Amino acid sequence: MPEAIATNQTILVVGGGISGMSAALEAAECGKQVILVEKNPSVGGRVAQLYKYFPKLCHPKCGLEINLRRTKANKNLRLMTLTEVTAVEGEPGNYTVTLKKHPRYVNENCTACGACARAVEAEFDDEYNFGLGKRKGAYLPHNLAYPQRYVIDPRILGTPDAEKAKAACKYDAIDLDMQPEEIKLTVGAIIWATGWKPYDANKIQPYGYDRYPNVITSVEFERMADPFGPTGGRILRPSDGKEAKDVAFIQCAGSRDRNHLKHCSRICCMATLKQTTYLREKYGDDYKASIYYIDIRAIDRIDDFHRRVKEDPNTRFIKSKVASITEDKETRNPILHGVDIEGYHRYSNPHDLVVLAIGMEPSVPADAFPAKVRFNEEGFIVPDEANGAIFAAGCSEDALDVNRAVQSATASALHAIQVINRVAGTEG
Amino acid sequence: MTDYNQQMIEKYRENFLKEVEHNVEEGEWVKMCMQCGVCSGSCPFGPYWEHPPQELFMMIRAGKRDEVLKSDSMWMCTSCYNCIARCPRGLPITHIIHGLATYAKRLGLAPKEQPTAKFAQLFWDNLTKTGRVNELKLGLALYFKVGEGLKTALENKDLGLAMLKAKRMNPFELVGGHKCKDIKGLHAILAKAEEIEERKIGMKA
Repeated sequence: MPEAIATNQTILVVGGGISGMSAALEAAECGKQVILVEKNPSVGGRVAQLYKYFPKLCHPKCGLEINLRRTKANKNLRLMTLTEVTAVEGEPGNYTVTLKKHPRYVNENCTACGACARAVEAEFDDEYNFGLGKRKGAYLPHNLAYPQRYVIDPRILGTPDAEKAKAACKYDAIDLDMQPEEIKLTVGAIIWATGWKPYDANKIQPYGYDRYPNVITSVEFERMADPFGPTGGRILRPSDGKEAKDVAFIQCAGSRDRNHLKHCSRICCMATLKQTTYLREKYGDDYKASIYYIDIRAIDRIDDFHRRVKEDPNTRFIKSKVASITEDKETRNPILHGVDIEGYHRYSNPHDLVVLAIGMEPSVPADAFPAKVRFNEEGFIVPDEANGAIFAAGCSEDALDVNRAVQSATASALHAIQVINRVAGTEG
Repeated sequence: MTDYNQQMIEKYRENFLKEVEHNVEEGEWVKMCMQCGVCSGSCPFGPYWEHPPQELFMMIRAGKRDEVLKSDSMWMCTSCYNCIARCPRGLPITHIIHGLATYAKRLGLAPKEQPTAKFAQLFWDNLTKTGRVNELKLGLALYFKVGEGLKTALENKDLGLAMLKAKRMNPFELVGGHKCKDIKGLHAILAKAEEIEERKIGMKA
């Protein structure tokens, strides 16, 4: 890639998920120079890991593809993958940003033919599938990865696998001598869109995510439901690989809890309602879904979706936060214990599979943030004069669904454009 | 029914939540409960409570004064603190439960024959007499006043003998027993504390 050239009229967008891509495209399509940096080898972020969006149940790949086409078509937008921001100094209209670019060990000659992956033997947990499957030491992050270029996992460097990959490449695309680079850029405004990560389910001790194989998270369930996912779209119990037809969903797993995340993660109710429709899609009438909840927060327009799911006779709502989970040693069925608030009935319900509707926390913790901005106590960036020209977009700002994240991204692009216009002297 | 109970009924007519907030230790937390049920589900004695904690909190908010205060539920708490550890809202549930028990007793509404309530009184009387717990007397009182007398005593005889053998219990405690150095001083402290408490809660002017 040629050295990125930036000036104080350039907008830096950090994070290439749906929010970062949207913000970068809005600004670039307004004629501003934009540099989009992404720490992973490909853009798309969490949205690329979804099987379907709520409430329309369309496929995220479609929306993503439109954005990718816009990205490819726009000459104002430069994309840098495998790049992280390590420091931000300066003031609005004149920031010096230090970037660290990690080597991909694959250059632009790559045609994504996959010969290197076939040659390499080492396998690692597949991050794209939350470790549910394996991928090779030379890999394409996922089908729709952009750039469509393979990556060499640094862990195979110095092993015979690295040489095998190099030898297998007919296009001289593998360069094992690539070094990490430090790049300093001048930019005028920064849009921060580093998004969210699922809360660590191991911390919710009574639910036994670390102990019981048939307790999984909602993001893992999402990957299972995807026909291109690790199970080919089948909902399988990790303990024995059998199809799970009696599935329990536990809401507020890690959210709205002073021991974990204090905030409501906002998406989990809708995600669960959506995921019950996956069961109907796969099994017809031959399934049972049980939703354990405190209260269902299907916000504004999407309450219709909630009502539709409620009418489904195969889906049952139990008003109770599950207190603990144990496991039937023989069947390895998780058993949910708690008290149903409607009538105060004590229950111990076995299920084939338990899905924790896991909460959302900011990807970049406040104490590791490379610039001085204000955070709320949950670690999301608060809009504040003191942030200068650093604007949060999407889930860096709050726990948001895709729809709201894109709205937030557009708003942040407008803020950044105003700064650039001021710098350029086009505004009074 | 005591005068104090009547006094409180008149003071807080129809507003039991406020009464709890003003008079029960940590009572101001009751309104924070979001009825998720994790406390009841986490309680090792849960199945034996007539009304588990989150139901008690809802009953308080619904103004069910007699049902709450006369209930034996809050006497079932063993202070394991599981509910406090897990409560997503950080309610000090164990403390509220003990607060409710204390308040019910103060009002004279606590169930008279409830074993843990009875034992709590025995323990207090035993301790304040000499300033030291007399385990032998407390044990016997537990068997004969709370338990089923000789039957309970015999059931526990092996434990008692083992404690004697290990010198964890002294048979001579039955006559007199050991006491703290300044028993008069202790009684004066307790009397003063009771006086302060009664003034604070409005039982005495």
